Amino acid sequence: MAMLEVKNLSISFGGLKAVNDFQITIEKGQLYGLIGPNGAGKTTVFNLLTGVYQPDTGSILLDGVNITGKKTIDINQTGIARTFQNIRLFKELSVLDNVKAGLHNHHPYSTLEGILRLPRYFKVEKEMDQRALDLLKVFDLDKEADYTASNLPYGKQRKLEIARALATKPKLLLLDEPAAGMNPNETKELMDTIRFVRDNFDMTILLIEHDMKLVSGICERLTVLNFGQVLTQGETADVLNDPQVITAYLGE
Amino acid sequence: MSFLSYLINGISLGSIYAIIALGYTMVYGIAKMLNFAHGDIIMVGAFTTFTVVSTMGGNPIVGILAAVVVCTVLGVTIERVAYKPLRGTSPLAVLITAIGVSYLLQNVALLIFGSNSKQFTSVVTVPALKLADGQLSISGVTMVTIISSIVIMVVLTTFINKTKIGQAMLAVSEDKGAATLMGIDVNRTIAVTFAIGSALAALAGVLLCSAYPSLTPYTGSMPGIKAFVAAVFGGIGSIPGAMLGGIILGVIENLSKAYISSQLSDAIVFSVLIIVLLVRPTGILGKQIHEKV
Amino acid sequence: MKIKSAKSRVTLQNSITYAIVLAFWVFIQIWSRTGQMTSLFKGLLVPICTYVILAVSLNLTVGILGELSLGHAGFMCVGAFSGAFFTKAMADAIPSVNVRFGIALLVGAAVAALFGFLIGIPVLRLKGDYLAIVTLAFGEIIKNLINVFYVGKDANGFHFSMKDVASLNMGPEGEVIIKGAQGITGTPKASNFTIGILLVLLTLIIVLNLIHSRTGRAIMAIRDNRIAAESVGIHITKYKLLAFSISASLAGVAGVLYAHNLSSLAATPKNFGYNMSIMILVFVVLGGIGNIRGSMIAAVLLTALPELLRGLNNYRMLIYAIVLIVMMLFNSAPKAIEMRERLFDHMKKKNRKEAA
Repeated sequence: MAMLEVKNLSISFGGLKAVNDFQITIEKGQLYGLIGPNGAGKTTVFNLLTGVYQPDTGSILLDGVNITGKKTIDINQTGIARTFQNIRLFKELSVLDNVKAGLHNHHPYSTLEGILRLPRYFKVEKEMDQRALDLLKVFDLDKEADYTASNLPYGKQRKLEIARALATKPKLLLLDEPAAGMNPNETKELMDTIRFVRDNFDMTILLIEHDMKLVSGICERLTVLNFGQVLTQGETADVLNDPQVITAYLGE
Repeated sequence: MSFLSYLINGISLGSIYAIIALGYTMVYGIAKMLNFAHGDIIMVGAFTTFTVVSTMGGNPIVGILAAVVVCTVLGVTIERVAYKPLRGTSPLAVLITAIGVSYLLQNVALLIFGSNSKQFTSVVTVPALKLADGQLSISGVTMVTIISSIVIMVVLTTFINKTKIGQAMLAVSEDKGAATLMGIDVNRTIAVTFAIGSALAALAGVLLCSAYPSLTPYTGSMPGIKAFVAAVFGGIGSIPGAMLGGIILGVIENLSKAYISSQLSDAIVFSVLIIVLLVRPTGILGKQIHEKV
Repeated sequence: MKIKSAKSRVTLQNSITYAIVLAFWVFIQIWSRTGQMTSLFKGLLVPICTYVILAVSLNLTVGILGELSLGHAGFMCVGAFSGAFFTKAMADAIPSVNVRFGIALLVGAAVAALFGFLIGIPVLRLKGDYLAIVTLAFGEIIKNLINVFYVGKDANGFHFSMKDVASLNMGPEGEVIIKGAQGITGTPKASNFTIGILLVLLTLIIVLNLIHSRTGRAIMAIRDNRIAAESVGIHITKYKLLAFSISASLAGVAGVLYAHNLSSLAATPKNFGYNMSIMILVFVVLGGIGNIRGSMIAAVLLTALPELLRGLNNYRMLIYAIVLIVMMLFNSAPKAIEMRERLFDHMKKKNRKEAA
């Protein structure tokens, strides 16, 4: 069974079809790229997948579970986590607390236990600290655990967002332009990290990216979106050599 | 007949709220701040007219002009000294400063005029209009208030839509950065907005105290809050919204005073506000804003 | 390692906050024993505790949840009336004033929490200034309703009315407990400074422990970025309501403390109106939004300030207003901050030179 199976997904905003008849199938463990010119509707697809927008038509199956029309929170609990194009960290929380916020649903104790500092509070908080630190280590952020998130340099903020998303224990990870604003060295490092996450966390990843080096370097399959519609999809090398795709990017 | 008379009085009270709300909404639209001291400008205007007319025995017209001048200067000065240095910082900091200014104005008035309420002599000498064989009587103040508010609204709308500075005000409220790039002097535009808002507050003060003649340093406080509610009600930042909000508020207040309970009229006004905001979270004529993800 | 040091720093900071409260208590005890304290200042001690609780609890809404509320006095009002009502109504059933007061505190907290919850459901859907004005509206509505509310008790039980005493239809031996605009009279004066300080400590423990827990983290995550919080599975409405209700319930506790410090309790614009809500907000903003210790200190200083300036008579509120404006400008204006930093750098350089 595919990890993600999307059929006939459409949404329009005030008469404009932002996404039209979108479909995609992603197998478990795949590293999948969603590309296309600016304004093609890529982020809108992410917003549809995560329940920020409700689709007009279509269905979304995650690992066999129908999540069409569900709320963001429920979709996250079913197994989709994401990052954002314009970074959305919990700015005034520490780096560690950002990840711990991601662990929220997996290490529960009640508000009362927290206020009264009952033994469970100490036990669960300790588990959370350990788990969060482990995640931060993957992204080489453990030394900055104590920093306020907004004080991190840009590249590390992007990584922290991925760490936070992973903390929610997703089956499918959506990355919205993870390399935006990074220099070539940082991008290379990021590619290694994404591969590492896929291999070690047993993760399926769908990413939006404009950096072709990253896309051709790590994505196994691609879907190209243009004017809200799927232009083509398939193996990375085939798609990138498709003349249709080149026209879409460079114009006639 | 009595219903008609309550309704007309409500429209008159609402017109005053509308004039105050215009100041609130213009300042909010342009400076993105809640000017809590706006209500106290009303009080300053009323005291200025009171001093000129009752204490110095001056002509009411001179009294009104004096109030407009004093309030305009005061409004611009307050903006320059207390709000301008805080532009661009947290809206809460500006809000608290505005509260400080409000306390300041109230306490200066308290020191000068004392806490006993003063009997304000109405500046309106128009006789009451008797209709339907004297069953319906509309007081001069009521008529003057409604007529002046219509005049003010027409003039203000024309000013904003037809003059260069009015257009600049619209531009600044839409996007300060872009307005600056287009060569608009943002500081001057904001100062003009405060000047107009304060001049309107002065007129509102004179009208308010002509209709309800007891004047204390706290006179402006509650009408200020009500006008603020009216501005939010109509959609804060929207000029027609402020007019509409003000009048609706005045009518609801007067009718509930007459038919339900005078003690509960404020509660009813506020309840209507809550219901409107729950149905339309940005007021009747406010713009709906969507957050981009 | 890092985490441990961060944790112990939090513990240290919280302990300092508690220590300040205890030190204040000791200081007041010594001061009042030496007989130097004016009776006016003595009268301020319980109100100071009330305001500290109000400021700390409002900071939970404004600083931690990040929503501007202008109706905090409304929750205080609800707490004050339900607490005082309980004490009066149970006078026969529970003879001990202190026991009644203790239960009244719980009743006030519970009723205020319920109001916080019910009001929070519609209010928290709104944003920013709209939310602020609606909280103000609710505060005013509560105050207005209390003023037309009559409750009496006779052999047949309780009687309610929204009109007047006569429409309560009570038996001849009945007693009117809440008398509309006159409110509640004859509440036993059970509050004192020590109880006040204990309640302040309790409030601080609840708020500080809440902030540094899973729930607090979720609330602050919502404050910092609602959409991201939702994307990691945090239930927005639940935590917003929780924070708002806890904040309201602590304001209710402050109200009960306040009510049992007066023999007659009436809802006036001065004590439960929007002006009071704004005054509490001033404490929070001046003390630092989100800074619990700061709002506590600001509440004490700003409550004591007008009293300390009493010698200046009529000018004291004027000075208060000027202090408020100047402090806001000094704290927040970019130019003032720049100037302060330059001065600071200058001093550092000077120190270094002297050291060399």
